[in-house]
Amino acid sequence: MTDGTTVTEPAREGGPVRVPEAELAVRTRGLTKRFKHQIAVNGIDLQVPVGSVFGFLGPNGSGKTTTIRMLLGLIQPTAGSHELLGRPVPEHALPLVGSLVEGPAFHPYLSGRANLARLDAADRYSDPATMRTRVDAALDRVGLLPAAGKRYRAYSLGMRQRLAIAAPLLMPRRLLILDEPTNGLDPQGTREVRHLIASLSDTGATVLVSSHLLSEVEQICTHVGVMNAGTLVTQGTVAEVRVGGTQRARVQTPDPAGAARVLTELGLTEVQQQDAAALGTVGDVAVEKVVPALVHAAIPVLGFTIERPSLEDLFVALTGEGFDVNG
Amino acid sequence: MSTVELPAGGAAPIGLRRPRPVSSRFLRSELRLIFGRRRNIAGLAVLALVPIIIAVAVKVSAPRPGDGPDFFASITGNGLFVPLAALTVEITLFLPLAIAVIAGDSIAGEANLGTLRYLLTVPVNRTRLLAVKYAAITIFAVAATMLITVVGLVIGVALFHGGSMTLLSGNQIGFGGGLLRVLGATVYLAVQLAALGAIGLFLSSLTEQPIAAMAGLVVMTVVMYILDSIPQLGWLGPWLLTHRFTAFGDLLRSPVAWDTLRQGVICAASYALIFWLASWARFAGKDITS
Ligand SMILES: Nc1ncnc2c1ncn2[C@@H]1O[C@H](COP(=O)(O)OP(=O)(O)OP(=O)(O)O)[C@@H](O)[C@H]1O
Ligand SMILES: [Mg+2]
Repeated sequence: MTDGTTVTEPAREGGPVRVPEAELAVRTRGLTKRFKHQIAVNGIDLQVPVGSVFGFLGPNGSGKTTTIRMLLGLIQPTAGSHELLGRPVPEHALPLVGSLVEGPAFHPYLSGRANLARLDAADRYSDPATMRTRVDAALDRVGLLPAAGKRYRAYSLGMRQRLAIAAPLLMPRRLLILDEPTNGLDPQGTREVRHLIASLSDTGATVLVSSHLLSEVEQICTHVGVMNAGTLVTQGTVAEVRVGGTQRARVQTPDPAGAARVLTELGLTEVQQQDAAALGTVGDVAVEKVVPALVHAAIPVLGFTIERPSLEDLFVALTGEGFDVNG
Repeated sequence: MSTVELPAGGAAPIGLRRPRPVSSRFLRSELRLIFGRRRNIAGLAVLALVPIIIAVAVKVSAPRPGDGPDFFASITGNGLFVPLAALTVEITLFLPLAIAVIAGDSIAGEANLGTLRYLLTVPVNRTRLLAVKYAAITIFAVAATMLITVVGLVIGVALFHGGSMTLLSGNQIGFGGGLLRVLGATVYLAVQLAALGAIGLFLSSLTEQPIAAMAGLVVMTVVMYILDSIPQLGWLGPWLLTHRFTAFGDLLRSPVAWDTLRQGVICAASYALIFWLASWARFAGKDITS
């Protein structure tokens, strides 16, 4: 793995006008896309803070890719607007945005290297003198250098996906928009992508990554947004979103019945008794009041924990159990 | 937090060098794609084969004056007529077909592969993309006609006489003058084909199926030929692009009959402009869902 390109900041003294960097790398206002028969994205206000790794979640057909296509200017929104990197005309930010949209797409009879060279040639901002080194560095970063000269049509699914991830790495980026980057990758590849996202994030880039792998998202993301049937049902830091979910208080005690009574009195719901524990859903009750109340009622407390739902539980709670896609 | 430059007056955004105002890099990449593709090389080889076949056929058979197109009869007199005969034969189908393949592929091919979305997010401005694609089609048109002419000239001069040329009007001109007129005819035909390519570009921006765009352009060409051949539709003829395709023969008269040639160029330029603008109108705001 070689070091990737980093963004060179402009000279701090003198030079052109400078303004504070935008707080939000992506901001949409009422972004809406209606296809003939359905609303694929329905008035979402997405806010991706600068420097975050933002997990963009949602069941199949919930509108993630459609949103990403609108952000990149591939499709026109039916209503609403968006800003990228603080620029009201998002097209102006695109040279600083690397993207992966709905899987890899390359010329089958060109090699992986030639395909990247073609994308680089199309880029008015790239320097032809450094093209070869940048192409090879990008290929190296996704572990594809040994197969760089192979024709794309001879690539395996995972190799194709890796090439698609290499493409946005050709140039320094402030924002990466990656639609299901780990699709089709082996465990090593998945791990590498995770490291890659972390290292991109370390250089100060913002990463918007859509994924279905929740454990994955939980490991790398600082923020999440959850789509369901075209609407953004929740967004925020991972902790914030979790708090929005149902927290369960668990009291370990030799007197579960007594503890359950206290929890009910405090206003916790769905109170349950187990062998040596009582549980309740916290809801609006202030968590810090629970233990003093138990002590006050002379219930022996051996342990007290707040159980947060896993992202997966939360995801299912927000988007429903059903297996059917929203057609 | 760090600071960024405002992209004032078209300056580069943060951390990036200024964009090159004009660069042939993308166009060169496009040409490499076209001329590096085996299918296209095979197509060009077929185009180049025709003048060879014509020259050899005329050489081995006894000349029968008055048989076949004008140029054929003149070949034995001067090898310069080989490229002209080849161009006349190929303009009916082979050349339009070759342009259809390249132009049909231009946008629809990228859409079909999905590479269009990655080009646009590089980003490549959509107008720039259409300009580069059309420039590549035009260059291909020039390359295809020039290939036929060069191969025709070489084999023609090798198998028959070079020297002075007897024009269709009976006058004699020197070899240099003849060569110039043959090259003029080639350029004229390239211009006509480039106009056809603009129609192809437009069709290509309508679909995600390159084959559909290619077939569409071939069908349109054939329909224009058919309409042009119906005497009752004589009024329509001058408006058809194909009507003056073979007018390059006028260059082989003395004095040159410029009228039809001029009309031919104006007609081609109008077709090119109208269909390029139509492609732009279609493509500039199109949703790319491939
Ligand atoms: N070109 C199109 N024409 C009509 N409907 C479309 C089009 N593209 C997407 N849709 C519809 O919009 C909805 C959202 O699709 P989208 O691709 O954004 O989902 P997604 O969240 O990316 O799903 P997945 O997780 O499967 O990738 C779907 O119901 C889909 O059928
Ligand atoms: Mg998707």
